[in-house]
Amino acid sequence: MSEVRAEMVANVWKVVAAEGDTVADGDTLVILESMKMEIPVLAEGSGTLTKLAVAEGDVVQEGDLIAVVE
Amino acid sequence: MLESVLVANRGEIARRVIATARKLGVRSVAVYSEVDAGLPFVREADEAVLIGPAQPAASYLNGPAILAAAERTGARAIHPGYGFLAENPAFAASVLEAGLTWVGPSPDSMEQMGDKINARNLMEQAGVPVSAGTREPVADVAAALAAAGQIGYPVMIKAAAGGGGIGMSAASGPAELTAGFETARSRAERFFSSPAILLERYVERARHVEVQILGLADGRVLALGERDCSVQRRHQKVAEETPSPGISPELRARMLAAAVQAGQAVKYLGAGTVEFLVDVATGDFMFLEMNTRLQVEHPVTELVTGIDLVEQQFRIAAGEDISFPAQDVARSGHAVELRIYAEDSKRFLPSPGTINEWDEPAGPGVRVDAGYAAGNTVTPFYDPLLAKLCLHGADRAEALDRARAAVAAFSIGGLKTNLEFHGELLASAEFSSGDYDTGLVGRLRAG
Repeated sequence: MSEVRAEMVANVWKVVAAEGDTVADGDTLVILESMKMEIPVLAEGSGTLTKLAVAEGDVVQEGDLIAVVE
Repeated sequence: MLESVLVANRGEIARRVIATARKLGVRSVAVYSEVDAGLPFVREADEAVLIGPAQPAASYLNGPAILAAAERTGARAIHPGYGFLAENPAFAASVLEAGLTWVGPSPDSMEQMGDKINARNLMEQAGVPVSAGTREPVADVAAALAAAGQIGYPVMIKAAAGGGGIGMSAASGPAELTAGFETARSRAERFFSSPAILLERYVERARHVEVQILGLADGRVLALGERDCSVQRRHQKVAEETPSPGISPELRARMLAAAVQAGQAVKYLGAGTVEFLVDVATGDFMFLEMNTRLQVEHPVTELVTGIDLVEQQFRIAAGEDISFPAQDVARSGHAVELRIYAEDSKRFLPSPGTINEWDEPAGPGVRVDAGYAAGNTVTPFYDPLLAKLCLHGADRAEALDRARAAVAAFSIGGLKTNLEFHGELLASAEFSSGDYDTGLVGRLRAG
Protein backbone atom coordinates (compact mmCIF):
# COMPACT_ATOMS: atom_id res chain seq x y z
CA MET A 1 0.00 0.00 0.00
CA SER A 2 1.30 3.48 -0.70
CA GLU A 3 -0.04 6.74 0.63
CA VAL A 4 0.36 9.83 -1.50
CA ARG A 5 0.66 13.05 0.48
CA ALA A 6 0.85 16.75 -0.41
CA GLU A 7 4.38 18.15 -0.64
CA MET A 8 3.22 21.71 0.07
CA VAL A 9 0.25 23.94 0.83
CA ALA A 10 -1.80 24.01 -2.36
CA ASN A 11 -5.25 24.18 -3.88
CA VAL A 12 -6.67 21.08 -5.54
CA TRP A 13 -7.21 22.16 -9.14
CA LYS A 14 -8.15 18.91 -10.87
CA VAL A 15 -8.91 15.38 -9.76
CA VAL A 16 -7.80 13.20 -12.65
CA ALA A 17 -8.29 9.66 -11.27
CA ALA A 18 -11.27 8.12 -9.46
CA GLU A 19 -11.53 5.64 -6.59
CA GLY A 20 -11.44 2.10 -7.96
CA ASP A 21 -9.21 3.00 -10.93
CA THR A 22 -6.26 0.81 -11.76
CA VAL A 23 -3.20 3.05 -11.81
CA ALA A 24 0.42 2.55 -12.84
CA ASP A 25 3.54 3.99 -11.21
CA GLY A 26 3.87 7.63 -12.32
CA ASP A 27 0.24 8.12 -13.38
CA THR A 28 -1.20 11.53 -12.55
CA LEU A 29 -3.85 11.26 -9.82
CA VAL A 30 -4.54 14.87 -8.95
CA ILE A 31 -3.24 18.25 -10.11
CA LEU A 32 -2.54 20.77 -7.37
CA GLU A 33 -2.01 24.46 -7.87
CA SER A 34 0.18 26.64 -5.72
CA MET A 35 1.62 30.07 -6.45
CA LYS A 36 0.38 30.05 -10.05
CA MET A 37 2.07 26.72 -10.76
CA GLU A 38 0.44 23.40 -11.56
CA ILE A 39 1.89 20.47 -9.64
CA PRO A 40 0.85 16.97 -10.77
CA VAL A 41 0.58 14.42 -7.95
CA LEU A 42 1.72 11.02 -9.21
CA ALA A 43 1.06 7.44 -8.14
CA GLU A 44 4.08 5.97 -6.39
CA GLY A 45 3.56 2.36 -7.41
CA SER A 46 0.98 0.39 -9.39
CA GLY A 47 -2.32 -0.93 -8.05
CA THR A 48 -5.86 0.10 -7.31
CA LEU A 49 -6.75 3.58 -6.14
CA THR A 50 -8.66 2.66 -2.98
CA LYS A 51 -9.00 6.11 -1.49
CA LEU A 52 -9.10 9.62 -2.86
CA ALA A 53 -9.07 12.05 0.05
CA VAL A 54 -9.45 15.36 -1.80
CA ALA A 55 -11.96 17.08 -4.07
CA GLU A 56 -11.50 19.90 -6.57
CA GLY A 57 -11.35 23.24 -4.78
CA ASP A 58 -9.98 21.81 -1.52
CA VAL A 59 -6.95 23.36 0.14
CA VAL A 60 -4.32 20.83 1.27
CA GLN A 61 -1.60 21.41 3.85
CA GLU A 62 1.90 19.95 3.62
CA GLY A 63 1.70 16.26 4.56
CA ASP A 64 -2.09 15.92 4.06
CA LEU A 65 -3.23 12.61 2.61
CA ILE A 66 -4.26 12.84 -1.05
CA ALA A 67 -4.72 9.21 -2.11
CA VAL A 68 -4.04 5.59 -1.23
CA VAL A 69 -2.91 3.05 -3.83
CA GLU A 70 -3.04 -0.65 -2.88
CA MET B 1 0.36 66.19 -9.32
CA LEU B 2 -2.31 63.58 -8.61
CA GLU B 3 -4.13 64.18 -5.32
CA SER B 4 -4.46 60.48 -4.49
CA VAL B 5 -3.88 57.02 -5.93
CA LEU B 6 -5.33 53.60 -5.24
CA VAL B 7 -2.83 50.81 -5.84
CA ALA B 8 -4.69 47.82 -7.28
CA ASN B 9 -2.04 45.28 -6.40
CA ARG B 10 -0.25 43.58 -3.51
CA GLY B 11 3.17 42.65 -2.15
CA GLU B 12 6.40 44.30 -3.18
CA ILE B 13 5.01 46.25 -6.12
CA ALA B 14 2.20 47.80 -4.07
CA ARG B 15 4.79 48.84 -1.52
CA ARG B 16 7.04 50.22 -4.28
CA VAL B 17 4.27 52.39 -5.75
CA ILE B 18 3.17 53.59 -2.31
CA ALA B 19 6.77 54.69 -1.55
CA THR B 20 6.86 56.98 -4.59
CA ALA B 21 3.36 58.28 -3.82
CA ARG B 22 4.58 59.26 -0.36
CA LYS B 23 7.68 60.93 -1.82
CA LEU B 24 5.50 63.02 -4.14
CA GLY B 25 2.90 63.87 -1.49
CA VAL B 26 0.20 61.77 -3.17
CA ARG B 27 -2.30 60.17 -0.75
CA SER B 28 -2.12 56.37 -1.18
CA VAL B 29 -4.87 53.79 -0.81
CA ALA B 30 -4.06 50.07 -0.63
CA VAL B 31 -6.56 47.32 -1.34
CA TYR B 32 -6.00 43.87 0.11
CA SER B 33 -7.45 40.39 0.37
CA GLU B 34 -8.26 38.69 3.68
CA VAL B 35 -4.99 36.72 3.75
CA ASP B 36 -2.85 39.79 3.02
CA ALA B 37 -4.05 41.95 5.94
CA GLY B 38 -0.69 41.68 7.75
CA LEU B 39 1.61 42.53 4.85
CA PRO B 40 3.79 45.67 4.89
CA PHE B 41 2.05 47.35 1.93
CA VAL B 42 -1.26 47.45 3.84
CA ARG B 43 0.38 49.17 6.79
CA GLU B 44 2.42 51.63 4.73
CA ALA B 45 -0.45 53.03 2.67
CA ASP B 46 -2.28 56.08 4.03
CA GLU B 47 -5.51 54.07 3.91
CA ALA B 48 -6.28 50.40 3.25
CA VAL B 49 -9.49 48.72 2.15
CA LEU B 50 -10.34 45.01 2.42
CA ILE B 51 -11.75 43.99 -0.96
CA GLY B 52 -12.41 40.27 -0.64
CA PRO B 53 -11.24 36.77 0.09
CA ALA B 54 -7.89 35.30 -0.94
CA GLN B 55 -8.86 33.98 -4.38
CA PRO B 56 -7.59 36.52 -6.93
CA ALA B 57 -10.90 36.47 -8.82
CA ALA B 58 -12.64 37.66 -5.66
CA SER B 59 -10.08 40.31 -4.73
CA TYR B 60 -7.21 41.63 -6.88
CA LEU B 61 -9.01 40.69 -10.12
CA ASN B 62 -12.35 42.00 -8.86
CA GLY B 63 -12.71 45.25 -10.82
CA PRO B 64 -16.04 46.35 -9.30
CA ALA B 65 -14.72 45.85 -5.74
CA ILE B 66 -11.63 47.93 -6.56
CA LEU B 67 -13.70 50.74 -8.08
CA ALA B 68 -15.99 50.66 -5.02
CA ALA B 69 -12.91 51.02 -2.78
CA ALA B 70 -11.79 54.02 -4.85
CA GLU B 71 -15.21 55.63 -4.47
CA ARG B 72 -15.32 54.99 -0.73
CA THR B 73 -11.89 56.51 -0.13
CA GLY B 74 -12.15 59.28 -2.72
CA ALA B 75 -9.06 58.02 -4.56
CA ARG B 76 -8.70 59.96 -7.81
CA ALA B 77 -6.35 57.62 -9.72
CA ILE B 78 -5.59 53.91 -10.03
CA HIS B 79 -2.12 52.40 -10.41
CA PRO B 80 -2.38 48.72 -11.41
CA GLY B 81 1.22 47.58 -10.74
CA TYR B 82 1.96 44.47 -12.84
CA GLY B 83 -0.04 41.27 -13.27
CA PHE B 84 -3.68 41.06 -12.07
CA LEU B 85 -5.62 43.82 -13.91
CA ALA B 86 -2.59 45.75 -15.20
CA GLU B 87 -3.02 44.65 -18.80
CA ASN B 88 -6.81 44.42 -18.85
CA PRO B 89 -8.14 47.10 -21.26
CA ALA B 90 -11.75 46.61 -20.08
CA PHE B 91 -10.72 47.42 -16.51
CA ALA B 92 -8.71 50.46 -17.66
CA ALA B 93 -11.77 51.65 -19.60
CA SER B 94 -14.00 51.20 -16.53
CA VAL B 95 -11.56 53.29 -14.48
CA LEU B 96 -11.77 56.10 -17.05
CA GLU B 97 -15.57 55.81 -17.24
CA ALA B 98 -15.72 56.23 -13.47
CA GLY B 99 -13.99 59.58 -14.00
CA LEU B 100 -10.70 58.43 -12.48
CA THR B 101 -7.15 58.69 -13.82
CA TRP B 102 -5.61 55.44 -15.10
CA VAL B 103 -1.87 55.36 -14.43
CA GLY B 104 -1.01 53.53 -17.62
CA PRO B 105 -1.41 53.67 -21.40
CA SER B 106 -4.75 54.05 -23.17
CA PRO B 107 -7.06 51.01 -23.27
CA ASP B 108 -6.54 51.11 -27.06
CA SER B 109 -2.77 50.64 -26.79
CA MET B 110 -3.32 47.86 -24.25
CA GLU B 111 -5.81 46.13 -26.51
CA GLN B 112 -3.51 46.30 -29.54
CA MET B 113 -0.57 44.80 -27.68
CA GLY B 114 -2.54 42.42 -25.43
CA ASP B 115 -3.10 39.84 -28.13
CA LYS B 116 0.28 38.48 -29.18
CA ILE B 117 -0.85 37.62 -32.70
CA ASN B 118 -2.22 41.09 -33.29
CA ALA B 119 0.89 42.64 -31.74
CA ARG B 120 3.20 40.62 -33.99
CA ASN B 121 1.27 41.61 -37.11
CA LEU B 122 1.20 45.25 -36.08
CA MET B 123 4.95 45.28 -35.38
CA GLU B 124 5.71 43.63 -38.70
CA GLN B 125 3.76 46.42 -40.44
CA ALA B 126 5.64 49.04 -38.41
CA GLY B 127 8.98 47.65 -39.61
CA VAL B 128 9.98 46.00 -36.33
CA PRO B 129 11.65 42.60 -36.89
CA VAL B 130 9.44 39.62 -35.92
CA SER B 131 10.24 35.89 -36.04
CA ALA B 132 8.63 33.51 -38.54
CA GLY B 133 5.24 32.58 -37.13
CA THR B 134 1.47 32.39 -37.53
CA ARG B 135 -0.47 35.53 -38.44
CA GLU B 136 -3.81 34.28 -37.13
CA PRO B 137 -4.93 32.00 -34.28
CA VAL B 138 -4.15 28.33 -34.89
CA ALA B 139 -7.54 26.58 -34.67
CA ASP B 140 -6.64 22.92 -34.21
CA VAL B 141 -3.87 20.33 -34.33
CA ALA B 142 -4.16 19.91 -38.11
CA ALA B 143 -3.70 23.66 -38.62
CA ALA B 144 -0.79 23.65 -36.16
CA LEU B 145 0.96 20.84 -38.04
CA ALA B 146 0.45 22.64 -41.35
CA ALA B 147 1.76 25.93 -39.95
CA ALA B 148 4.78 24.26 -38.34
CA GLY B 149 5.58 22.67 -41.70
CA GLN B 150 5.84 26.16 -43.18
CA ILE B 151 7.70 27.77 -40.26
CA GLY B 152 10.07 24.83 -39.81
CA TYR B 153 10.79 22.92 -36.59
CA PRO B 154 11.50 23.48 -33.77
CA VAL B 155 8.53 25.73 -33.00
CA MET B 156 7.36 27.50 -29.85
CA ILE B 157 3.68 27.09 -28.86
CA LYS B 158 2.22 30.13 -27.09
CA ALA B 159 -1.07 31.42 -25.75
CA ALA B 160 -2.01 34.54 -27.74
CA ALA B 161 -3.47 36.20 -24.66
CA GLY B 162 -0.77 34.79 -22.39
CA GLY B 163 2.11 35.96 -20.32
CA GLY B 164 4.50 34.85 -17.62
CA GLY B 165 5.58 31.80 -19.61
CA ILE B 166 2.36 29.97 -18.73
CA GLY B 167 1.24 27.50 -21.40
CA MET B 168 4.43 27.92 -23.45
CA SER B 169 6.32 24.93 -24.75
CA ALA B 170 8.73 24.08 -27.55
CA ALA B 171 8.11 21.24 -30.02
CA SER B 172 10.90 19.64 -32.01
CA GLY B 173 8.60 17.63 -34.28
CA PRO B 174 4.97 16.73 -35.12
CA ALA B 175 4.51 14.34 -32.15
CA GLU B 176 5.58 16.95 -29.59
CA LEU B 177 3.51 19.59 -31.33
CA THR B 178 0.39 17.42 -31.23
CA ALA B 179 0.80 16.82 -27.49
CA GLY B 180 1.93 20.38 -26.68
CA PHE B 181 -0.88 22.01 -28.65
CA GLU B 182 -3.68 20.49 -26.54
CA THR B 183 -1.89 21.31 -23.28
CA ALA B 184 -1.25 24.87 -24.39
CA ARG B 185 -4.87 25.32 -25.42
CA SER B 186 -6.33 24.06 -22.14
CA ARG B 187 -3.95 26.26 -20.13
CA ALA B 188 -4.64 29.26 -22.34
CA GLU B 189 -8.33 28.81 -21.74
CA ARG B 190 -7.90 28.37 -18.02
CA PHE B 191 -5.38 31.12 -17.28
CA PHE B 192 -6.21 33.70 -19.93
CA SER B 193 -9.86 32.86 -20.85
CA SER B 194 -8.88 32.61 -24.52
CA PRO B 195 -7.95 29.42 -26.38
CA ALA B 196 -6.11 31.32 -29.16
CA ILE B 197 -2.70 29.80 -29.87
CA LEU B 198 0.17 31.03 -32.01
CA LEU B 199 3.27 29.26 -33.23
CA GLU B 200 6.66 30.89 -33.66
CA ARG B 201 10.04 29.71 -34.84
CA TYR B 202 11.91 28.45 -31.79
CA VAL B 203 15.40 29.86 -31.46
CA GLU B 204 17.75 27.26 -29.96
CA ARG B 205 20.26 29.62 -28.38
CA ALA B 206 18.57 32.85 -27.45
CA ARG B 207 18.93 35.77 -25.13
CA HIS B 208 15.88 37.56 -23.87
CA VAL B 209 16.58 41.29 -24.00
CA GLU B 210 13.94 43.96 -23.44
CA VAL B 211 13.86 47.73 -23.75
CA GLN B 212 12.26 50.12 -21.26
CA ILE B 213 10.31 52.81 -23.06
CA LEU B 214 8.52 55.91 -21.86
CA GLY B 215 5.84 57.44 -24.10
CA LEU B 216 5.31 61.19 -23.60
CA ALA B 217 2.16 63.24 -24.10
CA ASP B 218 3.67 65.05 -27.12
CA GLY B 219 4.05 61.72 -28.97
CA ARG B 220 7.75 61.23 -28.35
CA VAL B 221 8.84 57.80 -27.17
CA LEU B 222 12.08 57.50 -25.17
CA ALA B 223 14.15 54.33 -24.83
CA LEU B 224 15.77 54.18 -21.38
CA GLY B 225 18.05 51.26 -22.11
CA GLU B 226 17.78 47.49 -22.15
CA ARG B 227 17.57 44.69 -19.59
CA ASP B 228 18.88 41.18 -20.16
CA CYS B 229 16.37 38.64 -18.81
CA SER B 230 17.94 35.41 -20.07
CA VAL B 231 18.17 33.71 -16.67
CA GLN B 232 14.86 31.84 -16.65
CA ARG B 233 13.27 28.75 -15.20
CA ARG B 234 10.01 27.42 -16.73
CA HIS B 235 10.18 30.36 -19.18
CA GLN B 236 9.95 32.75 -16.21
CA LYS B 237 12.63 35.24 -15.26
CA VAL B 238 14.77 34.67 -12.15
CA ALA B 239 17.50 37.29 -12.60
CA GLU B 240 17.97 40.34 -14.81
CA GLU B 241 20.78 42.77 -15.52
CA THR B 242 21.58 45.94 -17.38
CA PRO B 243 23.45 46.62 -19.59
CA SER B 244 23.12 43.27 -21.36
CA PRO B 245 26.56 41.64 -21.46
CA GLY B 246 25.55 39.81 -24.64
CA ILE B 247 24.89 42.54 -27.21
CA SER B 248 27.20 44.91 -29.04
CA PRO B 249 26.75 48.71 -28.91
CA GLU B 250 25.61 48.59 -32.53
CA LEU B 251 22.95 45.91 -31.83
CA ARG B 252 21.84 47.82 -28.71
CA ALA B 253 21.33 50.98 -30.77
CA ARG B 254 19.21 49.09 -33.32
CA MET B 255 17.12 47.44 -30.60
CA LEU B 256 16.47 50.73 -28.81
CA ALA B 257 15.41 52.29 -32.11
CA ALA B 258 13.06 49.35 -32.85
CA ALA B 259 11.50 49.70 -29.37
CA VAL B 260 10.82 53.39 -30.04
CA GLN B 261 9.19 52.45 -33.38
CA ALA B 262 7.06 49.85 -31.57
CA GLY B 263 5.90 52.40 -29.00
CA GLN B 264 5.11 55.01 -31.64
CA ALA B 265 3.10 52.48 -33.67
CA VAL B 266 0.57 52.18 -30.81
CA LYS B 267 0.82 55.84 -29.65
CA TYR B 268 2.17 54.56 -26.37
CA LEU B 269 1.83 56.73 -23.28
CA GLY B 270 3.78 56.10 -20.08
CA ALA B 271 6.11 53.28 -19.03
CA GLY B 272 6.18 50.11 -21.10
CA THR B 273 8.54 47.35 -22.11
CA VAL B 274 9.27 45.93 -25.54
CA GLU B 275 10.60 42.39 -25.31
CA PHE B 276 12.92 40.93 -27.94
CA LEU B 277 14.62 37.62 -28.52
CA VAL B 278 18.23 37.76 -29.69
CA ASP B 279 19.44 34.78 -31.73
CA VAL B 280 22.93 34.16 -30.34
CA ALA B 281 24.03 32.26 -33.45
CA THR B 282 23.05 34.93 -36.02
CA GLY B 283 22.98 38.13 -33.94
CA ASP B 284 19.44 38.84 -35.23
CA PHE B 285 16.78 40.18 -32.89
CA MET B 286 13.01 39.83 -33.12
CA PHE B 287 9.96 41.25 -31.36
CA LEU B 288 8.41 38.95 -28.76
CA GLU B 289 5.74 41.01 -27.05
CA MET B 290 5.08 44.32 -25.39
CA ASN B 291 4.16 44.69 -21.72
CA THR B 292 1.91 47.70 -21.36
CA ARG B 293 2.72 48.38 -17.71
CA LEU B 294 5.53 48.73 -15.20
CA GLN B 295 7.81 45.68 -15.40
CA VAL B 296 8.84 43.57 -12.39
CA GLU B 297 12.53 44.19 -13.16
CA HIS B 298 12.23 47.98 -13.60
CA PRO B 299 14.61 48.65 -10.64
CA VAL B 300 17.75 47.76 -12.63
CA THR B 301 16.92 50.55 -15.08
CA GLU B 302 16.29 52.91 -12.16
CA LEU B 303 19.65 52.03 -10.61
CA VAL B 304 21.72 52.85 -13.70
CA THR B 305 19.71 55.93 -14.79
CA GLY B 306 18.81 57.39 -11.41
CA ILE B 307 15.24 57.84 -12.74
CA ASP B 308 12.23 56.92 -10.57
CA LEU B 309 10.01 55.23 -13.18
CA VAL B 310 6.92 55.25 -10.97
CA GLU B 311 7.35 59.01 -10.53
CA GLN B 312 7.39 59.40 -14.33
CA GLN B 313 4.20 57.30 -14.54
CA PHE B 314 2.53 59.63 -12.02
CA ARG B 315 3.76 62.75 -13.82
CA ILE B 316 2.59 61.54 -17.23
CA ALA B 317 -0.79 60.49 -15.81
CA ALA B 318 -1.15 63.94 -14.20
CA GLY B 319 -0.29 65.67 -17.49
CA GLU B 320 3.01 67.02 -16.18
CA ASP B 321 6.51 66.98 -17.67
CA ILE B 322 8.87 64.15 -16.82
CA SER B 323 11.52 64.90 -14.18
CA PHE B 324 14.60 64.63 -16.44
CA PRO B 325 15.71 66.11 -19.78
CA ALA B 326 14.38 63.74 -22.47
CA GLN B 327 17.40 64.01 -24.77
CA ASP B 328 19.90 63.33 -22.06
CA VAL B 329 19.55 60.02 -20.25
CA ALA B 330 22.91 59.15 -18.75
CA ARG B 331 23.53 55.59 -17.67
CA SER B 332 26.10 54.76 -15.07
CA GLY B 333 27.51 51.42 -13.99
CA HIS B 334 25.86 48.02 -13.97
CA ALA B 335 22.81 46.69 -12.12
CA VAL B 336 21.50 43.20 -11.35
CA GLU B 337 18.17 42.02 -9.95
CA LEU B 338 17.74 38.64 -8.27
CA ARG B 339 14.15 37.50 -7.74
CA ILE B 340 13.86 35.89 -4.34
CA TYR B 341 11.07 33.33 -4.62
CA ALA B 342 9.35 31.13 -2.03
CA GLU B 343 10.47 27.95 -3.77
CA ASP B 344 13.10 25.29 -3.25
CA SER B 345 16.45 25.80 -4.93
CA LYS B 346 16.64 22.40 -6.67
CA ARG B 347 13.32 21.76 -8.41
CA PHE B 348 11.87 25.28 -8.03
CA LEU B 349 8.67 23.95 -6.46
CA PRO B 350 6.47 26.42 -4.53
CA SER B 351 6.97 26.60 -0.80
CA PRO B 352 4.30 28.62 0.98
CA GLY B 353 4.68 29.01 4.73
CA THR B 354 5.16 31.42 7.62
CA ILE B 355 8.27 33.58 7.70
CA ASN B 356 9.89 33.39 11.14
CA GLU B 357 13.09 35.20 10.20
CA TRP B 358 13.72 37.99 7.71
CA ASP B 359 17.08 39.71 7.71
CA GLU B 360 17.81 41.85 4.64
CA PRO B 361 21.26 42.82 3.43
CA ALA B 362 22.11 46.53 3.27
CA GLY B 363 25.05 48.64 2.17
CA PRO B 364 26.40 50.61 -0.80
CA GLY B 365 24.66 49.67 -4.05
CA VAL B 366 22.12 47.39 -2.33
CA ARG B 367 18.38 47.88 -2.86
CA VAL B 368 15.76 45.42 -1.59
CA ASP B 369 12.16 45.67 -2.80
CA ALA B 370 10.41 43.27 -0.43
CA GLY B 371 6.76 42.32 -0.09
CA TYR B 372 7.07 40.52 3.21
CA ALA B 373 8.60 40.77 6.68
CA ALA B 374 9.13 38.42 9.62
CA GLY B 375 5.83 37.09 10.95
CA ASN B 376 4.04 37.24 7.56
CA THR B 377 2.54 34.16 5.98
CA VAL B 378 3.19 33.41 2.31
CA THR B 379 0.01 31.78 0.95
CA PRO B 380 -0.45 29.57 -2.12
CA PHE B 381 -2.85 32.04 -3.78
CA TYR B 382 -0.36 34.37 -5.49
CA ASP B 383 2.97 34.22 -7.27
CA PRO B 384 6.03 33.19 -5.22
CA LEU B 385 7.95 36.51 -5.38
CA LEU B 386 9.09 37.48 -1.88
CA ALA B 387 11.55 40.23 -2.73
CA LYS B 388 13.77 41.64 -5.43
CA LEU B 389 17.39 41.91 -4.39
CA CYS B 390 18.94 44.61 -6.59
CA LEU B 391 22.61 45.53 -6.78
CA HIS B 392 24.38 48.42 -8.44
CA GLY B 393 28.12 48.68 -9.08
CA ALA B 394 30.55 50.77 -11.09
CA ASP B 395 30.88 47.81 -13.47
CA ARG B 396 29.55 44.26 -13.86
CA ALA B 397 32.27 42.73 -11.72
CA GLU B 398 31.48 45.04 -8.81
CA ALA B 399 27.71 44.51 -9.17
CA LEU B 400 28.20 40.71 -9.12
CA ASP B 401 30.55 40.91 -6.12
CA ARG B 402 27.94 42.92 -4.26
CA ALA B 403 25.31 40.37 -5.31
CA ARG B 404 27.37 37.48 -3.92
CA ALA B 405 27.84 39.24 -0.59
CA ALA B 406 24.17 40.28 -0.41
CA VAL B 407 22.88 36.76 -1.15
CA ALA B 408 25.13 35.39 1.60
CA ALA B 409 23.86 38.05 4.01
CA PHE B 410 20.14 37.62 3.22
CA SER B 411 18.52 35.39 5.80
CA ILE B 412 14.93 34.15 5.43
CA GLY B 413 13.62 31.45 7.76
CA GLY B 414 10.46 29.35 8.04
CA LEU B 415 10.06 28.42 4.39
CA LYS B 416 12.19 27.38 1.45
CA THR B 417 13.62 30.09 -0.79
CA ASN B 418 15.77 30.12 -3.91
CA LEU B 419 18.58 32.09 -2.22
CA GLU B 420 20.81 29.02 -2.51
CA PHE B 421 20.08 28.87 -6.24
CA HIS B 422 21.16 32.51 -6.61
CA GLY B 423 24.40 31.67 -4.81
CA GLU B 424 25.01 28.90 -7.34
CA LEU B 425 24.12 31.16 -10.26
CA LEU B 426 26.56 33.84 -9.12
CA ALA B 427 29.28 31.19 -8.64
CA SER B 428 28.78 29.67 -12.09
CA ALA B 429 31.42 30.34 -14.71
CA GLU B 430 28.79 30.70 -17.45
CA PHE B 431 26.82 33.46 -15.72
CA SER B 432 29.96 35.21 -14.52
CA SER B 433 31.35 35.25 -18.06
CA GLY B 434 28.30 37.11 -19.34
CA ASP B 435 28.18 34.70 -22.29
CA TYR B 436 24.95 32.86 -21.41
CA ASP B 437 21.52 32.28 -22.91
CA THR B 438 18.04 31.17 -21.81
CA GLY B 439 19.27 27.57 -21.44
CA LEU B 440 21.54 28.55 -18.53
CA VAL B 441 19.36 27.39 -15.62
CA GLY B 442 18.65 24.06 -17.32
CA ARG B 443 22.37 23.47 -17.72
CA LEU B 444 23.06 24.38 -14.08
CA ARG B 445 20.42 21.87 -13.00
CA ALA B 446 21.55 19.14 -15.41
CA GLY B 447 25.10 19.34 -14.12
